[in-house]
Order: sequence, then C-alpha cells, then structure tokens
Amino acid sequence: MRIAVIDESASRASIIREGLAQLDGIEIFVLTERQALLAQLAELAPDVVLIDLGNPSRDMLEEYFAVTRALSRPIAMFVDQSDEEAIGASVEAGVSVYVVDGLAASRIRPVLDLAIRRFSAFARLQADLDEARSKLAERETIDKAKRILMKSRGLGEPDAYGELRRKAMQSSRRIADIAEAIVTAHDLIGEGK
Amino acid sequence: MSERLTIGFLPLVDACLPILAAEHGFAAEEGLELDFVREVSWATVLDRLLYGHSDAAHLLAPLAIATTLGRGRPAQPLASPFVLGLNGNAITFSPALAEAVGAPEGQLGDPRQIGAALRELAGKRRLRFGVVHRYSSHNYMLRYWLAACGMVPDEGVEIVTVAPPFVADALGTGEIDGTCVGEPWNSVAVERGVGRIVLATAQIWRRGVEKVLALRESRLAERREAIEALVRAMRKAGAHFVDPANWEDNAALLAAPRYLDADPRLILRAISDRLVLAHGTSPIHYPDFMFQYREAANFPWVSQAEWLYTQMVRWDRTPFRGDEARRAARVFRPDVYRSALQGTGDLLPGASSKVEGSLDRPTAVGTQQGAMVLEQNSFFDQRTFDPDNLEGYLESLEHAAAQK
Repeated sequence: MRIAVIDESASRASIIREGLAQLDGIEIFVLTERQALLAQLAELAPDVVLIDLGNPSRDMLEEYFAVTRALSRPIAMFVDQSDEEAIGASVEAGVSVYVVDGLAASRIRPVLDLAIRRFSAFARLQADLDEARSKLAERETIDKAKRILMKSRGLGEPDAYGELRRKAMQSSRRIADIAEAIVTAHDLIGEGK
Repeated sequence: MSERLTIGFLPLVDACLPILAAEHGFAAEEGLELDFVREVSWATVLDRLLYGHSDAAHLLAPLAIATTLGRGRPAQPLASPFVLGLNGNAITFSPALAEAVGAPEGQLGDPRQIGAALRELAGKRRLRFGVVHRYSSHNYMLRYWLAACGMVPDEGVEIVTVAPPFVADALGTGEIDGTCVGEPWNSVAVERGVGRIVLATAQIWRRGVEKVLALRESRLAERREAIEALVRAMRKAGAHFVDPANWEDNAALLAAPRYLDADPRLILRAISDRLVLAHGTSPIHYPDFMFQYREAANFPWVSQAEWLYTQMVRWDRTPFRGDEARRAARVFRPDVYRSALQGTGDLLPGASSKVEGSLDRPTAVGTQQGAMVLEQNSFFDQRTFDPDNLEGYLESLEHAAAQK
C-alpha cells in the first residue's frame, strides 16, 4: 500500500512517517512542497493520501480527486458511512484522509488509527512547546519586574520577589500577572525621575 | 444568560457580518457570544461544520447545496437562513492577458467586449483560469460569462482550483492567466503588479448570490433561537457596514490578525466599492461591487438556490433531477429569516422566490413588512431565470451555446 503524507510542516510529517513505518507492507511518501503537488501525486499514484486540516491546498486536492474519479484509480474521501466515528476522530486530530475507491476498510483502519494518534501526539508536543515558551516569557517578565522594584524602591532581589508574591497573594492573582502589570505601568510612566 | 455560537470562516472581506456583529456588540445585544475559527480551506470549514466543531459557517452558497446533495462526499443536509452578501468578487487577468484583450485603462471592461476578445484569443492559445472552489459562485459566474460569450469552459478554457492566498503567486508565475476571486485577493494581485482587475462579477449578474451562513439542518433545529438572534445581529452589522462613516473603522477591525490578517487599505477598497484596477492607478468607484444590506440583500431567495442548482447540473454535466432541485431549493430557508425579523421593522419581502435577472429598472415589490424597491437586477446577456421552469432554462442555455 502506497501512502502519501502531505504536510507543510516537515517536522510533523516526519513524526507521521515514523509512526506509519511501524506498519507492514506500506511505502510512505512525504510531500511538503505546494509546488507541483498534483503532478507529484499523479506520479506516485498513492492508495491513501493523508493531509493536515490546516493545509491551504485541500480544496485544490479535492478538486483533483473529483476529476480523477473519471480515471482508473479514483480517490475519494474516506467516506464509508460506518467509519463516521473514525472520520470525526481524524478531524478532531487535525488530519483528513483520502483513499482509492475499493480499498478494504480493514486495510485503511490501522493507517487511520496511527495517523490520528501521531497527529494528536504532535498537537500535544506543540501545546507543551507553547507552554514552555510562555513559561519562559513569564520568567523574563518577572525578572524585569524585580529589577524595576529593586531600582525604584532600593530593594534586594529576594525582597523584590517577596513584594511580588505578597501582592499576588493579596489580590489572588498570579505572580506573572502582577509582574506584567508592573512592567506595563513602568513602560507607560517611565523611570519616574 | 448568553448563548455561545462558534462560527467557521475563511479570511475574506465577505466574512464581515458575523465578525462585525460580535465586534460592535450587536450579538451581545441579542444575548449571543460568538467564537470564530479561521481556516485556510473550504474543505476544512466544511469538515468542522459537519463534525460539530462549529455551529455555523461562512460558506460558498454552491458548496452548501453540493454538500446537501452529496456531491463529492456523502450527503449531509445543510441549511442557510441568511445570505452573507451578493457579489464582491472580481475577474483579474495577468497584465499580459489584460493587454491582449484590450481591457480599457482606468475603468472596468465591458463583459461582452472582453468576452469577444478572449474568445478570439482562446482559439489561438490555451487559457487557464483559477477559481477558489469547484462549488463556488466564482466558478459559476466565470463559466456563465465565458459560455455566454461563446467559449467552452474545460475545452477552450481550462478552469482549475487555486486557493485565494495563492492566486497572486499563480498569476505571477504564469500558472494561470486569470482568476475569479473575492477580496482582498484581487487587490493583492494588483498591488503586486501581477494582475489587473478587468471585470466585477456584479457586471455579469448585477445581484448574484455569494456566501451564505450555513448550518447543519439538525443544528439549526437544536439552536433555532440562537440562530434567529444571530440573523438579527447580522442585519444590524450590515447597516453599520454600509454606512460610509464606519468604513475605515470596519476595515481596521477586519484587518486584525485573528480575522483577515490583511492590509486594511486593501479591505477598505472592497468595503467602499472603490477599486484600484491596476498597480499605481487611481481608484474607480463601482457602486454595489459588494452588496450586503439594502433591498433585503441577506434574504435567502429560493430562486437563488435554484439558479445555483441549474449551474451545478450544467457544469458537473449531470442530468437534471426534480428531486435534487427540490432538495437544493430547501437549503435556502426564508422561513427562518422571516421568523427572526418578524416585528423588528426590517424589510421582509412578500414572496420567497423571484424571476432572477428580470429587472431593468427600479421596481417596487410587495412586502410582508416595510417598503421595498428592487433596483436593476439583470444578467449581462439579458437572459432571465424563471424558477418555475428550471429545465426550460437549462435547455435554453444549451441551445444558446450550440448556436455560438
């Protein structure tokens, strides 16, 4: 079975490829470029096409599949009514799946399940990364706020942090939010000299 | 207590009404809180609608009908209680093609003249046009115009799907010679010097139906009150949208990264009906380039859905079927629109269907509520569409094409 993975995110595509490689008897082709996408697909003649929901080429691809219905290897969206639930899960995970007409559901299911798991895993990784980034940004804001307090009120570092924490407890807000407010106010008002 | 609705959309100027309904508090006045989900393809807007991630969507009217009829995927009945706008699209040629057909400088072309010149050219070399989707009014408007000018779409002129954000690139690389696309994408091509706007779709059909608010039929039934509230909020947003005093503010709001993420100056062109046709030239004023409010513009006329069905049959090259025509007609839901606006003082037409393209001058029409004058509404080839005789209309189109 030949599977084409169309994804403009090369890192996600490689995670999908790695997952699918666990299955027996399949060949995987990763297409990350929009240029000449249809020509490449025609050349590859895949049995299954996986494409991420955020890919702007989807409408073009569906048009191509509609046209190829007239050819010998028609491709349709994975549309067996009994698989509604699986399609729902794939939309949830952010991937859409197209298969050649007549391919047995028993052969598609493992591919679909794996793709869903891998897409979900990538989404979780992305969320973790975003969280890590925002944590880092918060850290920087807190440091900035501490420096403002140290300078304007002549405090040492532990006391400056203590002030932030006290204010946060008092107003039941997060330390990062208090720090943000201080930095914003400082930007607006300036050094106060 | 407020009700939440999630709305899917593509970053196009005609997604404006639900967005402005939220931004200006019209939705809140109606007890609604709106969340928006921006996508980059209609396929994904549709997937999210069908699998319940969104309650309603900004959708191509023909795609709502195609989905209901099961073209391209299993049938899922959709309902459209509100037309988000009429027209607002343009036909843009590469500068080379614009010159080759003698498109006039500083004004929009004449559809017949440009069509005749294009026909001559199509006999000599292959022409390729890009549209946003197989099931789009852009596709149908372009094909209607080409065919009425004696060309044979798919034979003499190739028509392919190009996603709006890639249209300027495709014109630039010569992948396509022209396009029919919504704003701001024509203006983006103009600014990059890779396209010239030669026609507005409003020149092909003066009051052509464009996007709709679409929902699953079942979701409409479950959330009927909230949807009717949304209809009222979007009518208020429409009144705000067409008021020149608000144009600049609305362009700036729509330009935000979470909405269109585009240049507000380009958005303003469509909103104000003032288009720059070629790079570096002065804007021209083409009234009703976009049509979002007057004459009950948002009323889902059943005849509009039926016209779209005739074009679907024509270009999918499938036989006309009475049962399909009736299912297509039922996608448009004037009953919901009426029920939402009953007693608000807003305009409500007396009929739910009309002969399309038959008005060559302003005409007063019967209403259920308010006084309404419909302005000129004609097709550029003077053909009229009678919703009582869909098959006759299709036959006359075929007959006309055979004569060319």
